Amino acid sequence: MRYIDEYRDPKIAQALADQIRARATRPWVLMEICGGQTHTLMRYGIDELIGDQVELVHGPGCPVCVTPIEVVDKAIEIASRPDVIFVSYGDMLRVPGTRCDLFRIKAEGGDVRIAYSPMEAVKIARANPDRQVVFFGIGFETTAPANAMAVWKARELGLTNFSELVSHVLVPPAIRLLLNSPDSRVQGFIAPGHVCTVMGYWEYKALVDEFHVPIVVGGFEPVDLLEAIAMLVAQLEDGRAEVENQYARSVTYQGNQPAQRIVGQVFEVADRKWRGIGNIPASGLRLRPEFAAFDAEKIFGVEAMEAEEPPECISALVLQGLKKPVDCPAFAASCTPERPLGAPMVSAEGACAAYYQYRRHATSLVCIA
Amino acid sequence: MCLAVPGKLVETETIGDNRLGQVQFGGIKRSVFLDFVPEAQVGDYVLVHVGFAISRLDEEEAQRTYELLEHIGMLETEDPAFAGETTTAAALDAIRTGDAIH
Ligand code: SF4
Repeated sequence: MRYIDEYRDPKIAQALADQIRARATRPWVLMEICGGQTHTLMRYGIDELIGDQVELVHGPGCPVCVTPIEVVDKAIEIASRPDVIFVSYGDMLRVPGTRCDLFRIKAEGGDVRIAYSPMEAVKIARANPDRQVVFFGIGFETTAPANAMAVWKARELGLTNFSELVSHVLVPPAIRLLLNSPDSRVQGFIAPGHVCTVMGYWEYKALVDEFHVPIVVGGFEPVDLLEAIAMLVAQLEDGRAEVENQYARSVTYQGNQPAQRIVGQVFEVADRKWRGIGNIPASGLRLRPEFAAFDAEKIFGVEAMEAEEPPECISALVLQGLKKPVDCPAFAASCTPERPLGAPMVSAEGACAAYYQYRRHATSLVCIA
Repeated sequence: MCLAVPGKLVETETIGDNRLGQVQFGGIKRSVFLDFVPEAQVGDYVLVHVGFAISRLDEEEAQRTYELLEHIGMLETEDPAFAGETTTAAALDAIRTGDAIH
């Protein structure tokens, strides 16, 4: 398929990998932020292809993984009500809350439905005027325009039975937190190409200037990621720190203006708690006060709910790139994709799930080689 | 979650205030909201995320990058340095057989 096959070309991938091996004269630690990129890197074995000098650590870029446990609890509380149809992206159903997950509520008779798009939830609300329809509005900047547009269109349609449980997170404040951490080993970042498709990459320029760390906006196919890594290694070897754009076929400096406009009209920046990491100032989005009638937290009175995370899960360290999933004692033992202890084991884009799928036997493979 | 898939815009229509498009992804066709890509025309490739097109793919930019990459690939075939390496071969096999879009 166009725009996919050519970026999976093995000859080009090999050439780029060789270029990276040849260029890297010392060890470098790079982080990809986005879980979709983590998945590609693991799936195609890119971490092994590029040699030993370049280490890839995986960032907090899976919205499913960073949604705090109390938000999952709020979703469960709302979805348990008999008058509610709760609509969610599929990934969120198996994320463990304090007591259970959304699948359990569905199994117990709750009306929990999986949607591919928030507009499906709007459609469900139109078809069921006597029920409250709540959409679980999570995601990064990539998903924010669609979730905002659903609220906007629901208001245009005059719907009074549609609301969103919003827990949106933003990427640049999380990178800033990682860079400010004295433990951080990361020397270069691959910025998430789809987040930047929406937001542009001007925000990353400020981070580059402040922290003197190279950032390259990268795509999602193997060749995209190899090229982004090659660009980062070249910068590091030259002693440069710039923001560069590998994914120029989709990303512009300013980003998608109509998408940014709707996000600004419906949402406002707010402090957000990240699962495993804690509170990050101005790191998320919430509904503007003028959209209070569409705010499920207000409608169902769940604003104040709090919860504790399970202590055995080290996802905080994994999400900050300080530990690899295989370093977790629970990994592939008490924590598996079938029975996840923490959110990074749930989503296919979570680092723990990606390692479970592609690197469970990594240690033995390395020994054989 | 931030999964976005490229597809070809094969048809557009306006229903009320909404501009929608039919987008072809390999063998599948889907209806997609075009609110964020008012400039997209039939024949363009768009990147689709949760039912909305979030960008119109820039053909010239893609062509330029691809030619550059192809050039790198061509140079490399003359250099057999890593030809026999097993991990490389296995990983490239995975690339060759890669099916799912993520
Ligand atoms: S393997 Fe499971 S318990 Fe360990 S960090 Fe990952 S999600 Fe948490």
